[in-house]
Amino acid sequence: MIALFFNDISRKINQGIIPSLCIMGHMILGTALVYMFPRSNLAFLVLITSFFSLYYFEADRRFKFVAGAVLTLLIFPVVGVRNIFYLEVIFQISVFSALALGLNIVVGFAGLLDLGYVAFYAVGAYLWAFFGSQQFYILHYAPGTQPANLPFLMPGDTFYLFVFAAIFVAALTGILLGTPVLRLRGDYLAIVTLGFGEVIRVLANNLDKPLNLTNGPQGITPIQRPTMPQAAVDGFNALFSRVVGHTVSPADMYNVMFYLFALAVIIVIVFVTRRLDDSKIGRAWTAIREDETAAIAMGVPLVKMKLAAFAVGASFAGVMGVLLAGSRTFISPESFSFMQSIGVLSMVILGGSGSIPGVILGAATVTILNLQILQGLSLYLSQLRQSDAVIPIIHFAWANLSSQLDPAKYQRLLFGLILILMMIFRPAGLIPSRRRKRELVSDALTDQDKE
Amino acid sequence: MALLETVNLVKRFGGLTAVNAVNFSLDQGRIVSIIGPNGAGKTTFFNTLTGIYQPDEGQILFNGRPVHGLRPDQIASRGLARTFQNIRLFGNMTVIENILVGMHAHLKQSPLATLLHLPSFKKEEKASELKAEELMQYVGLGGVGNELAKNLPYGGQRRLEIARALAADPVMLLLDEPAAGMNPQETEDVTRLFHRIRDEKGITILLIEHDMRVVMNISELIYVMDYGEKIAEGTPEEIRSNSRVIEAYLGRGAVAGQHEVRL
Repeated sequence: MIALFFNDISRKINQGIIPSLCIMGHMILGTALVYMFPRSNLAFLVLITSFFSLYYFEADRRFKFVAGAVLTLLIFPVVGVRNIFYLEVIFQISVFSALALGLNIVVGFAGLLDLGYVAFYAVGAYLWAFFGSQQFYILHYAPGTQPANLPFLMPGDTFYLFVFAAIFVAALTGILLGTPVLRLRGDYLAIVTLGFGEVIRVLANNLDKPLNLTNGPQGITPIQRPTMPQAAVDGFNALFSRVVGHTVSPADMYNVMFYLFALAVIIVIVFVTRRLDDSKIGRAWTAIREDETAAIAMGVPLVKMKLAAFAVGASFAGVMGVLLAGSRTFISPESFSFMQSIGVLSMVILGGSGSIPGVILGAATVTILNLQILQGLSLYLSQLRQSDAVIPIIHFAWANLSSQLDPAKYQRLLFGLILILMMIFRPAGLIPSRRRKRELVSDALTDQDKE
Repeated sequence: MALLETVNLVKRFGGLTAVNAVNFSLDQGRIVSIIGPNGAGKTTFFNTLTGIYQPDEGQILFNGRPVHGLRPDQIASRGLARTFQNIRLFGNMTVIENILVGMHAHLKQSPLATLLHLPSFKKEEKASELKAEELMQYVGLGGVGNELAKNLPYGGQRRLEIARALAADPVMLLLDEPAAGMNPQETEDVTRLFHRIRDEKGITILLIEHDMRVVMNISELIYVMDYGEKIAEGTPEEIRSNSRVIEAYLGRGAVAGQHEVRL
């Protein structure tokens, strides 16, 4: 008995405690840094990379679960309320993670290249934007000419209902768009989905006449939010106002709420994705990706399975659309451009097509790059430009530097470079899927055999 | 009644008639071969039977019911399974996953049961994995269930294709050059396997094959195709001495010169 006990203890020390300490250390360090330097992007990066420790260190599952919960449910909201910009970054990471996970089903699992994925996001967003705003009462007004003091069509609390409705509406849109195009393969499918994505955006842009459904390029606002129980705000203040440093207003609390909401949606999405992947549906998707003809000859109903992939992927985006409309209270066609589709696709590819943690990491990387690193550099550069400093060695005044060299303007160039480098050095993504990892290992083995 | 029957089956590609008015009939429980020179239309005939191509004219009756115009997956779920001439496995899936895909149409798991891992789902997954293991043993692929299909040796890949086709519990198996590229020992092994599949599982087998040792050894009936047409049918002995067949394979001179020809 005692020997068993010691055996147990030693195993715990060898495997359990040290990685757990590393994880905790990383989290505490990150939190402390963010506290000491509330405006530092670097400090925030240290905090958010705690997820790496959480993912890579081998610790007890229960410990990881608790640590993850503390990080996402406690540290992020508190830190986020202290500096609302951080919360925005975390919220966007969550939204794009969900989108990337949805696209991952279509691209990563079923191998159908969809370049118009954002269309489904738009469908969800406009669904709540229409029903959760005054839009219904200005159907016959041109944008900008509506009378004041119009009522809202649906009470704000029906938001929750529309989250579920969006699942079905977006899935249905996925099936409608999918049905005519699924006979196509590869490049042709990509082109047509690109077209459909644009069609949805152009529709949103132009459906302000004859009936003003979308309010055109001006977008729909205000869009309602579900009511925030005063108790939640008071409770949060009672618990955290001292740590946060100021009393939290309901508006701040909404940001926390939508972040938590997005988090819940992601958890459901990950759950659904994993369950589907381990079933006949997931196997059929992979088979289709591998060889369509063989799959259909083996009795896999090609059209049905492809539509299922489209519908599942679309429904994830639809839910996130409703969430976006609610959190922003404003929706315009601009948010659903082709570049957004490409952005989500690059998250999937960068992170690792077919890999759930990879795709989330891809979404986080791209979002942080966009919102923090590039903008941070731009800010730094503009500060330099306003100062009297000169570039050493070449004695060139920063003030004379062209504003064309603003790093934020090089977002896409940088993306392009990153993607090219990734394709050369890590073609399966940052965290390759289990399957891809096996492919790479076996490729390496056969290469060795050849030598 | 014939298990599989075609009536005046025609398949054209532009100006080329790849399958020309083929009347074909196959009884339950037989092992039958289709032979013919390269480009005779054998694989096109297979692809038309399995719905990969739609016939331009004529009828295909399987179990007495017309199957022309159905999709390949519908035909497969009626009990017509096949393998491919150039092996078409799901290379980046494991051996066992390949076989499980073959069972797709038989698995009943609903989306809800899948998401909630209801007992019915778990039971079915377990049973299908067991069945897949059995099939692997049956075709001689024991113990490689977690290998990627593309890492199997050539003969193993051919066997896996057969196992994947058997996974659908077919009534009839269409094998497109199953012994191509195999050495004599492997050829003998698969020939024995085909006999076992027919004798033990009662599955009717139709195969395209170039290896005449296999064809003559295994076939109870042989159909010969040339230029998209059926030019002969009969037992191996009859085919061996059929002058049209010899002509198709070796040219006119062979018949005129009365050479000794061993097919």
